[in-house]
Amino acid sequence: MTEPRPKAAPPAAERSAGATISAAPPRRSFLARFQRWEWMLVGLIVLVVALNSQLSPYFLDARNLSRTSSDFMEIGLMMLPMVFIIITGGIDLSVASNLAMCASFMGWLFMRGVPIWPAALAALLLGATGGLFNGLLVARVKLPPLVVTLGTYAFYRGVAYVLLGDQAARGYPAGFTFIGQGKLPGTLIPFSVALFIVLAIVFGLVLHRTTFGRTLFAIGNNENATAYSGVPVARTKIIVYTISGLMAGLAGIVLAARFGSTRPDIGLGLELAVITAAVLGGVDINGGIGTMGGAVLSLLLIGLLRFGMGLLNIQGQVQGMVIGLLLILSILLPNVARNLSARGGAPQRRSLAAAAALIAAFALFILFFFWSRAQVLGAG
Amino acid sequence: MSAQHPPVRRHSVLTLAARYREAGIVIFILVLAALVTLRAPAFLTLNNFRDILLNISILSIVALAQTMVIITKGIDLSVGSMIGLVAMMVAFVFKASPEFPVALSLPLGMALGAALGAFNGLIISYGRVPPIIATLGTLSIYRGLVFFYSQGTWINSFELPAAFKQLSKGAPLGLPNMVIIAILFALAVYFFLNHTRTGRNIYAVGSNAEAAQMAGIPRQRIIFLVYVLTGLAAGLAAVLWVSRFESAQTNTALGFELQTVAASVVGGVSISGGVGTVPGVLLGALLLGTIDNSLPLLRISPFWQLALQGLLILAAVVVDNLILRRSQRRGRR
Repeated sequence: MTEPRPKAAPPAAERSAGATISAAPPRRSFLARFQRWEWMLVGLIVLVVALNSQLSPYFLDARNLSRTSSDFMEIGLMMLPMVFIIITGGIDLSVASNLAMCASFMGWLFMRGVPIWPAALAALLLGATGGLFNGLLVARVKLPPLVVTLGTYAFYRGVAYVLLGDQAARGYPAGFTFIGQGKLPGTLIPFSVALFIVLAIVFGLVLHRTTFGRTLFAIGNNENATAYSGVPVARTKIIVYTISGLMAGLAGIVLAARFGSTRPDIGLGLELAVITAAVLGGVDINGGIGTMGGAVLSLLLIGLLRFGMGLLNIQGQVQGMVIGLLLILSILLPNVARNLSARGGAPQRRSLAAAAALIAAFALFILFFFWSRAQVLGAG
Repeated sequence: MSAQHPPVRRHSVLTLAARYREAGIVIFILVLAALVTLRAPAFLTLNNFRDILLNISILSIVALAQTMVIITKGIDLSVGSMIGLVAMMVAFVFKASPEFPVALSLPLGMALGAALGAFNGLIISYGRVPPIIATLGTLSIYRGLVFFYSQGTWINSFELPAAFKQLSKGAPLGLPNMVIIAILFALAVYFFLNHTRTGRNIYAVGSNAEAAQMAGIPRQRIIFLVYVLTGLAAGLAAVLWVSRFESAQTNTALGFELQTVAASVVGGVSISGGVGTVPGVLLGALLLGTIDNSLPLLRISPFWQLALQGLLILAAVVVDNLILRRSQRRGRR
């Protein structure tokens, strides 16, 4: 009992954003909140566009934008069902592995003489099966989604390696690679972008305009209450995970078509990009909150940021660092602001000392970081 | 995700289940070892056993720390990136000054790792960012820092002093130093989790955060602490990693977080928090290590390794779930 915690208000405020809601939350205020977040994203997008078009003359080039936009469509296709899953309070870490399993299966069939279109169809079916398997383990066996999809994250990627090994499947016909490389006739719009836009509208309408969409929010807010009110919770979850698998399969086909070849490490690490896009779009990782519009806006923001940094010759991993920072700040800043306004009063001497010690530790780390770097790389 | 069993019986039922669990892993490892030995007698040699121990030392250290995080209902996805960054920094130190005292490299690595872990802990405990999001972010941030720090260069074996390379592999006490360090670390974690107030508080926070808080347990500080400890363990692992593999690359320990979570989950740590033991996790790491070791002996393509790991995780959680349900049913009668 060294540190008294006389805060009665914050736990209650925290609970309304958490997964363990017992009373129905005031819907109006949530609506107000995520709309504010969407405007924030729009503002950031405008800022990024303005900055980048100042920094590089190539930024606002339509052909460049068209080429770079297709780089993000696989992430986008997997993000759409990921929004559904996260809103129900779940998560799917296996999407990129499922993508690789499907693309590898398609390539494996193709190399054995199966025509490409039946092979692609088989890949879609395999993706849906992979998603169904996740869904059954989550909804019927009632295992935590994080562990289930961590297991299938390794398993599906492993299947991709077992299928193709160190080989690459290539030689896809031009009619097929059009899915990933072609543009709508007479325009600069890539086919994959058009596909994404259509599907995004469909997913958005399902989420915000149908009963099915409402039940997703209900499950995320209070699963037990939703089950008692007669919603088939298990079936809904299975459907959602199956859709996620199906879309991972589709993304695998698009990515294989864009590359013109398939290796088993295809799409490695994309699940992080997918989850980042959804969460940055205002979808609450604890479930129950989120909009499709916010997620699409955040994908656009990430795409523009990465494209702009790429034009400035910033390495891909360092770009990832900026996105990671943005992800943390998007959740941290509102929390800190809420804490500061809730606390009031002067901070205790003890916590001030702890803060000072931490700042000193971080400062030492940063100093050592640059000092040791300069020892090897020189001061440059 | 939340545990549905009555909290009153929790302790007895779960310790019972955990005991079954550990016995189950031991039997599984023994059966596996017997089968592999039948096909490939080379498996049952002292040398091979030493190889397995060497291979799982680093994994055990980080998996034990990961376990502490998971017990508090958290997860640390950034361990692979922390190892990568500290490994590069320590390797840079040795490249710049080969006469740097080898014995100091361990505390240096641990301090650097602890600073990275403190950053995780700060945003998770005081910033209230969900652990999975926070460490997903720092996974990218720390990995990006590796690239920024090294500008894409690698540190190779010839750039590291011989004494440092012997730090992990030398065996003045009979066993390789690295194995001894891992054993000492495991003993320390065992003592900490079972025989100190703070260690018990870690379980309390994970079992029921609200009750723990009402009982006066400083929840935020405990959560901050487990991430600092995980950073420290990752830093220790990083030094051993550089010494063992004699190089630091930009992709060092990429994806290692999966293996640490796998070892914990296979070892019976519950992702819903509050449950997990040191012996269980060590057995989980040993099982993963035994499988990895036996695949080449059985002439099974190494491409199966990842798929088998995934299946093992799934099998472990399904079995846990069955044990839990059965023991609950028995408890209710």
